[in-house]
Amino acid sequence: MDIQFFIELFFGGLTRGSIYALIALGYTLVYGIIELINFAHGEIYMLGAFTALLVAGVLGVYGFPVGGILIVAALAAVIWCAAYGYTLEKVAYKPLRGAPRLSPLISAIGMSIFLQNYVLLAQTSDFVPFPRLLPEMEFLEYVNYVMGPSDFLILLVSTLAMVSLSLFIRYTRMGKAMRATAQNRKMALLLGINADRIISLTFIIGSGLAALGGVLIASHMGQVNFGIGFLAGLKAFTAAVLGGIGSIPGAMVGGLVLGLAESFTTGYFSGNYEDILAFGILILILIFRPDGILGKAKVQKV
Amino acid sequence: MRRILKAVLTAIWFMALTLPVMGIKLNTLDQTVQWRFDRILWLGAGVFALAVIWDWCFSRKARGLPLLRLPKGWGAGLRNLSGRPHLKTGGLAILTLFMLVMPLTSSFYQTNIMISALLYVMLALGLNIVVGLAGQLVLGYVAFYAVGAYAYGLLYQFLGWGFWACLPVGGILAVLFGLALGFPVLRLRGDYLAIVTLGFGEIVRLALQNWTSLTGGPRGISDIPRPGFFGLEMDINASTTYVYYLVLAAVVITIIMISRLKNSRVGLALQALREDEIACEAMGIDITRVKLSAFALGSCWAGFAGVIFAAKTTYINPSSFTFMESAMILSMVVLGGMGSIAGVVIAAMILILAPEYLRAFSEYRMLIFGAIMVIMMIFRPQGLISGERRRYRISALHGAHNGGRA
Repeated sequence: MDIQFFIELFFGGLTRGSIYALIALGYTLVYGIIELINFAHGEIYMLGAFTALLVAGVLGVYGFPVGGILIVAALAAVIWCAAYGYTLEKVAYKPLRGAPRLSPLISAIGMSIFLQNYVLLAQTSDFVPFPRLLPEMEFLEYVNYVMGPSDFLILLVSTLAMVSLSLFIRYTRMGKAMRATAQNRKMALLLGINADRIISLTFIIGSGLAALGGVLIASHMGQVNFGIGFLAGLKAFTAAVLGGIGSIPGAMVGGLVLGLAESFTTGYFSGNYEDILAFGILILILIFRPDGILGKAKVQKV
Repeated sequence: MRRILKAVLTAIWFMALTLPVMGIKLNTLDQTVQWRFDRILWLGAGVFALAVIWDWCFSRKARGLPLLRLPKGWGAGLRNLSGRPHLKTGGLAILTLFMLVMPLTSSFYQTNIMISALLYVMLALGLNIVVGLAGQLVLGYVAFYAVGAYAYGLLYQFLGWGFWACLPVGGILAVLFGLALGFPVLRLRGDYLAIVTLGFGEIVRLALQNWTSLTGGPRGISDIPRPGFFGLEMDINASTTYVYYLVLAAVVITIIMISRLKNSRVGLALQALREDEIACEAMGIDITRVKLSAFALGSCWAGFAGVIFAAKTTYINPSSFTFMESAMILSMVVLGGMGSIAGVVIAAMILILAPEYLRAFSEYRMLIFGAIMVIMMIFRPQGLISGERRRYRISALHGAHNGGRA
C-alpha cells in the first residue's frame, strides 16, 4: 500500500469531515433543543457562501486590501446568516410550536425550497467562481502534497470554532441555560430560563457555524451555486445522526468519520459512489442504531 | 398604530437581511458592482404589506376566529347548495363532459399539459394514501415513480415488451420496492422515517445515474413506444389523445379505489395509525401489516404513473426524478388537505396548471410552492378541504332527541 496516497486521502477526508462537522453542529444543536430536523440548515450554509462571495466581490472592486477581504467577507457571512437563521425560526418554526411533529418538518422543507429559489431568482442558476483570496503559506511547503493553504485554513478555523463552542456550552451562563433547555424545556422554564431566547440563540449559533463552513468550502472548491446546500445539508445531517443527534461531540466525531469514509472510498474504489455511500450510511445507522455512536437511547413514552 | 410600527420594523429588518443577495449584482468579468436598491425598496414595500396581513392573521388565529368570513347569508347558502344532491350530480356531469371532450376541442399542447396534470393527480393521490391516510411522511416517493418508468423503458429496450405488458409489471415492481423500503423502516417514525425515505429516493436516482451499462446513465432511455391500441397505427396527435383517455381512466379508477379504501377496514386502520401509533397497536391492529400495506398501496400507484409517464414522453432520464419532484407532490397533498381526495385533486390541478397558464409566474413556481408549504402549515394545516372522516350516527342516541327520525 502506498503510504503517501493514504496520508493524502486521510487529510482530504479530515478537511471534508471538519466542514461536515461544522454544519452538523447546527443540526444537532437545534435537534437537541426543539427536536426538529432543521431541513433548511443546508440552505443557510449556501447563503453563507453566497454572501461571502458577494461581499468579497464588492470589497475587491472598491479596492479593499486583499489580505483583509476574506476575513471581512467571512464575518459578514456569519452575521448575515445568523440573522437569516433567527428570521427563519421566527417565521417558519415559532408559530408551529406545539403543533403535531410533522408540521414543522413540512414547514422546514418548504423553507428549504423557498430559500434555494430565492437565491436562484435573485442571483443566478450558474456556478459562480469564488475569488482566490487565500494568502500563500510558506511553512506548508514541505507538506504541500497533503495540504494546501485552504485545507490548513479549514482545519484551523473549524478546530477553533468547535473548541470555542464546546467551552461556551460548558462554562458560560448561556451555555448552561442551553443545556438545561435541551434536557427539559418545562423545567428550564420553571427555573426562569427564557426558552424563546435560548431557541433563537441556538439558531443564531448554528447558522453562524454553517456560514463559516460555507465560506471555507467555497474558498476551497472555488465555486458556488444555489443548489450546493441540499447535498451538503443532507451529508451533514448524516454526520449528525452518525455521531448521535443531539450530542455536540457526536456531531464532530460523526463529521470526521463520514469525511474519512468518503475520502477513502473515493480514493480506493470510485468517485461515482461517494454520495450513495453517505446515504447508505444514513439509512443503515437510522435503522440499526438510531442513537448514533455517542447518543443515548431514548425511551418512547406514551 | 403599534401594528404599523411593527410592520415598518419588520420591513426594515428584511431589507437589511436581503441586502447582499438581492441588492448586489456582481459582474465577475469586468469587475464591476451593480447596486440594485430599487429591488430592495420594492421588497421592503412588499414585506410591509405582508407583515400587516401576517399580524392580522395571527391575531385572528389567536382569538380562534376563521381567517376569512363569508358575507352574511353566503355560508348558509353554500351549505344549502352542497346539500342538494342533483346539483352535485349536475356539477359532476358537467365536469365529466368537459374532461371527455377536452382533447377533441383543444390543441395538442394543451392536451399534453392536461396529461401531465392528470399524472400528478394520480401521484398525489397515491402519496395521499401514505402521508394523508397513514401519516407516514415519505420524502422519496418519486423513487417508485422512477421504478415504474424505468421498468417500462428497460423491459422494452432489452426484451421488447409492450406497454400493456409493462403496466402491471411496473406496478408490481414498485410495490416490491415499496416493501423493500417498508420492511427496514417499520420501527422508525416521524422525522427519521422522512429522512430515510429521502435517502432511499436519492439512492435510487443516483443508481440510475451511475449504472450506465444498464440504464444509460444521465443520457437515459429514448425512443420508448407510445401505448398501442390493438395494433392500430396512430399518428402523434391521435396517440396523445389516446394517452389522455388512458390517464383519465387511470385517475378515475384511482379515485374510486381510494374512496372505497378510505372507509374499508384497511383504510380505517391506516387512519388509526396516523392518529396514534401506540393507541392503534393497543386496539389490536397489526401495525406491521398496516404500515406495509400503506407502503405497498402508495408505491403501486406511483409505479403505474411511472409506466404511463414513460409512454407519454417516450424519453426518460434520471433528472426527471429528483427530490424536488417528491417535494412538489408532497406540497400537493399538503395544500389539498391530508387524507382528502377532492382537495388533493384540486391542489394538483392548481399547482400544475396555474404555472402553465400564468407564464409570468412560472419562474416563481418553486418559490411559491415552498412558501405555500410553510403558510399552510401555520394557518391551515388541514389543507384546502379537510379530509373528513365518515361519521357514524348511533340511532338509539339520536332517537332520544328527535323522536327516532335519525
